[in-house]
Amino acid sequence: METQAFQKIYTKITQVTKATCSLSAPGISYEELAVINGRLAQVVKINKDIVTLQVFSGTEGIPTNAEVIFMGKPPTLKVSDELSGRIFNAYGKPIDGMPDIQGEEREIGSPSVNPVRREQPSELIATGIAGIDLNNTIVTGQKIPFFADPDQPFNQVMAMVALRAQADRIILGGMGMTNDDFLFYKNVFENAGASDRIVSFINTTENPSVERLLVPEMTLAAAEYFAVDKNEKVLVLLTDMTLYADALSIVSNRMDQIPSKDSMPGSLYSDLAKIYEKAVQFPSGGSITIIAVTTLSGGDITHAIPDNTGYITEGQLFLRKDSDIGKVIVDPFRSLSRLKQLVIGKQTREDHPQVMNAAIRLFADATNAKTKLQNGFDLSDYDERTLNFAKDYSNDLLAIDVNIEIDEMLNTGWRLFNKYFSPEEVGIKKEFVDKYWTKEEE
Amino acid sequence: MAKNKLTTGKVQSIISNLLIVEADGPVSQNEICYINLSGVKLMAEVIKINGNNAYVQVFESTRGLKIGNSVEFTGHMLEVTLGPGILSKNFDGLQNDLDKMEGVFLKRGDYTNPLEDDKLWEFKPLAKAGDKVAAGDWIGEVKENWIHHKTMVPFKFTGSFTIKSIVSEGKYTINDTIAVLSNEKNEDIPVAMAQKWPVRIPIRNYKSKPRPFKLMETGVRTMDILNPIVEGGTGFIPGPFGSGKTVLQHALAKQAEADLIVVAACGERANEVVEIFKEYPELDDPRTGRKLMERTTIIANTSNMPVAAREASVYTAMTISEYYRAMGLKVLLLADSTSRWAQALREMSNRMEELPGPDAFPMDLSAIISSFYARAGYVYLNNGKTGSVTFIGTVSPAGGNLKEPVTESTKKAARCFYGLSQQRADSKRYPAIDPIDSYSKYLEYTEFKEYINKNFSSDWIENVLYTKNILLRGKEAYEQINILGDDGVPINYHLNFWKSEVIDFVILQQDAFDEVDASTPIERQKYMLKSIINICKNDYKFDSFEEVNPYFKKIINFYKQMNYSEFQSDKFNGFKKELNATIEERKIA
Ligand SMILES: Nc1ncnc2c1ncn2[C@@H]1O[C@H](COP(=O)(O)OP(=O)(O)OP(=O)(O)O)[C@@H](O)[C@H]1O
Ligand SMILES: [Mg+2]
Repeated sequence: METQAFQKIYTKITQVTKATCSLSAPGISYEELAVINGRLAQVVKINKDIVTLQVFSGTEGIPTNAEVIFMGKPPTLKVSDELSGRIFNAYGKPIDGMPDIQGEEREIGSPSVNPVRREQPSELIATGIAGIDLNNTIVTGQKIPFFADPDQPFNQVMAMVALRAQADRIILGGMGMTNDDFLFYKNVFENAGASDRIVSFINTTENPSVERLLVPEMTLAAAEYFAVDKNEKVLVLLTDMTLYADALSIVSNRMDQIPSKDSMPGSLYSDLAKIYEKAVQFPSGGSITIIAVTTLSGGDITHAIPDNTGYITEGQLFLRKDSDIGKVIVDPFRSLSRLKQLVIGKQTREDHPQVMNAAIRLFADATNAKTKLQNGFDLSDYDERTLNFAKDYSNDLLAIDVNIEIDEMLNTGWRLFNKYFSPEEVGIKKEFVDKYWTKEEE
Repeated sequence: MAKNKLTTGKVQSIISNLLIVEADGPVSQNEICYINLSGVKLMAEVIKINGNNAYVQVFESTRGLKIGNSVEFTGHMLEVTLGPGILSKNFDGLQNDLDKMEGVFLKRGDYTNPLEDDKLWEFKPLAKAGDKVAAGDWIGEVKENWIHHKTMVPFKFTGSFTIKSIVSEGKYTINDTIAVLSNEKNEDIPVAMAQKWPVRIPIRNYKSKPRPFKLMETGVRTMDILNPIVEGGTGFIPGPFGSGKTVLQHALAKQAEADLIVVAACGERANEVVEIFKEYPELDDPRTGRKLMERTTIIANTSNMPVAAREASVYTAMTISEYYRAMGLKVLLLADSTSRWAQALREMSNRMEELPGPDAFPMDLSAIISSFYARAGYVYLNNGKTGSVTFIGTVSPAGGNLKEPVTESTKKAARCFYGLSQQRADSKRYPAIDPIDSYSKYLEYTEFKEYINKNFSSDWIENVLYTKNILLRGKEAYEQINILGDDGVPINYHLNFWKSEVIDFVILQQDAFDEVDASTPIERQKYMLKSIINICKNDYKFDSFEEVNPYFKKIINFYKQMNYSEFQSDKFNGFKKELNATIEERKIA
């Protein structure tokens, strides 16, 4: 984004707000970039010859005679194989101390895939975590966030999933990430010998928050390069999308837009959908899978950010601490993978859907029993059994430290059914009961 | 709207996809115009006029536009092309044929022909020279897939006409003149198979629109039995994310007893549309044995496609539905999600700095929603035949809270309410339609009751109400048990609760992904309802409340196995026998 000699320099800013500067400049195109005293800005409004620029790093200290240079193009990223193993900031500039990369310059925020050109996502991504593989199976081309309170170990789980996922390429988009978390990711990937498969775009807590707004599109532009040009299986990690949305609301509030729920902009749904819908299975074999993090405040999923996210993504993985076993589990109630039915019982064993549902139903019965207990009532024999079942189920299957194959998860399910219940109480199709029930009896 | 010279203009202001264009001539509200961006033309619609300034919303990204870019107005509103060839197509919200677009990515300004100009159709006249006709009258037909697609006197024609000439049976393209009509002034007016219609205006060429009364079978038990939808009826499905709105709509699209299905994927996930593209061409329509895709048309304006076109997409879908209704067909229109449409309205209204209503939605949201739902309906056409558009939309309430403007406005407009409950979804009791809160106003229609008495049985409605009552009593019993404890209530409470559980597990819950259970034909539903009602009317002998739970679990299990088996198959009858034996164990004669 170097400035060039023939570019006109404007030095008369007529209006400055917290987020924007306006000046008179003819012939400017919408969404074009500009540099104001070295700070990057983007055209967000043009009225006759008055151009309004959103300054990514904020307008603090910008004088009315600041030098404004228009770049004649929207934000771009240079793409080539040289991206591999590199770390960039939100503007796509290297921050790993190594030189700029060479490559084709592409606009970020590219158009959508024609829906009729999409393939149906179909390749199972095994993570070893039963809370995911058994109950919320994910597939390539899917988009799914972790919903977790800030104190949950979502970065650890996400790094683990990324490494086990066997992706050709991992693109990490960090928004408002603490430096410690960034170093954590770096170390985990280095230790796994995966560094050169990884491209990172990082906005840390030390960078201005509005800069984050560029991170998802930069990340996805790189992902599209590898998935479309190289037919690779690309896994995109976006963390933390709540901080991204917060930046959106800062901008829209500073620009005096009418806020909707939770002071978020009315366009939040469309803004988030544009990012998440980049997840796709291409006909040529390449794919983009997006796993994101949306931090919650006090587990509240009705807040506009998780709420809109849930309406966009293909499910969500809800992490919570199970106090009965003292471990973090993937909550079977609030978690969901919408695309699981494309693979379960088809690419996995036939009894997968029924085992999954039956176990969750029994876990729900345990929750009811717990309520009874709390209300001071006697428990029936069935209640007692569901409570014991729930403990084992939580520990042997839901906990995030589980790492087993899917068949073993199913066998574990049958083992627990057998241990605590009769076939009628489990209510699974008879043909499966006939086939799998006695098998695990020792 | 005829004009001698088309108006042109220049872009004066750009905020996101809202432009102010200075026009050099007359402009009408909702007129379509094209913005010229170095050779690429971007479609836009006038949404407000102030002096020479037209406010237009662009149906595309406005990146790269400059002040002074030229604009051409077209003199017409947003229109769709109606004619043979619509069926089985995948359109975007503006009726561009998505399959005709080149490349994997959508390109700005890439507008494709919705129909095929050079395809020859086997045309058969239905009228003859000298016949008096008016707009909407059938004058010929072609075979489109399996339907008899009618060629109608264009809906835009006003007054009465005489057919001067009409072609004989043979092969014609959609733009060939197939008839010449003469109007009252004796002017000749050529008519082709294809015609255009502005999507925001309802097609009203029918004689009357009575209250709908015919049950429309959906194969979804909790709908057909408890809260039926009717041909030409309206309903909506609100529910928090992940509660099963889309799965339910897809079930309706696959199973409902309609001639045609129009699916408007409005601001939702692209992968959900892909499911339809990929699966429907392979799936059989159980009623006709044809492939499901043969009766399905998709309007896909997914969440990442332009927001303004998303808003238009529901109108495009409705207009296509009305067009086929005018041919005497039963059309089912499904829109997922109408909240995304309302949000598109909100984004634009905010950009225009209009006074916001609740939750920043436009003030007239309610009116917009009701006039849209009002376009559905069962109609008597001018030739005495009937046709219908049944409309079921989903609503995605913010935070799952039904006290929000879109849900509340829709509640006023739609006659059936299928509320999906988070609690049911969490415990995987699918479909998560809340049996207590949901309703179908049609159950109260005398017209509907008469129809049911005649075509089902005279005790059907009574049984439905009885079932609802058991569910309600079950819920009350459950609450009491929770307050007073298992042994703090009479055994009867447990019995009431478990009877309602039987109904829940056997009638309400239905596995949309099981080959057999997914769809229950009405005959089978009648059988099941009768059987369940018998169970509920029986008295049983229990010595303690602890015996109730395992006993009914067993009953439910047999019923579930029956639900998973082919109706009246050996397997089915085997389970039935075991079920009956179990019932006899405790039944008091
Ligand atoms: N009848 C059913 N049988 C089995 N599973 C179901 C059924 N209905 C819903 N589900 C499960 O619930 C999941 C979510 O359903 P669906 O995608 O229809 O939710 P939705 O209400 O449309 O959510 P959103 O508002 O986010 O689009 C499905 O992927 C499926 O796993
Ligand atoms: Mg949905």
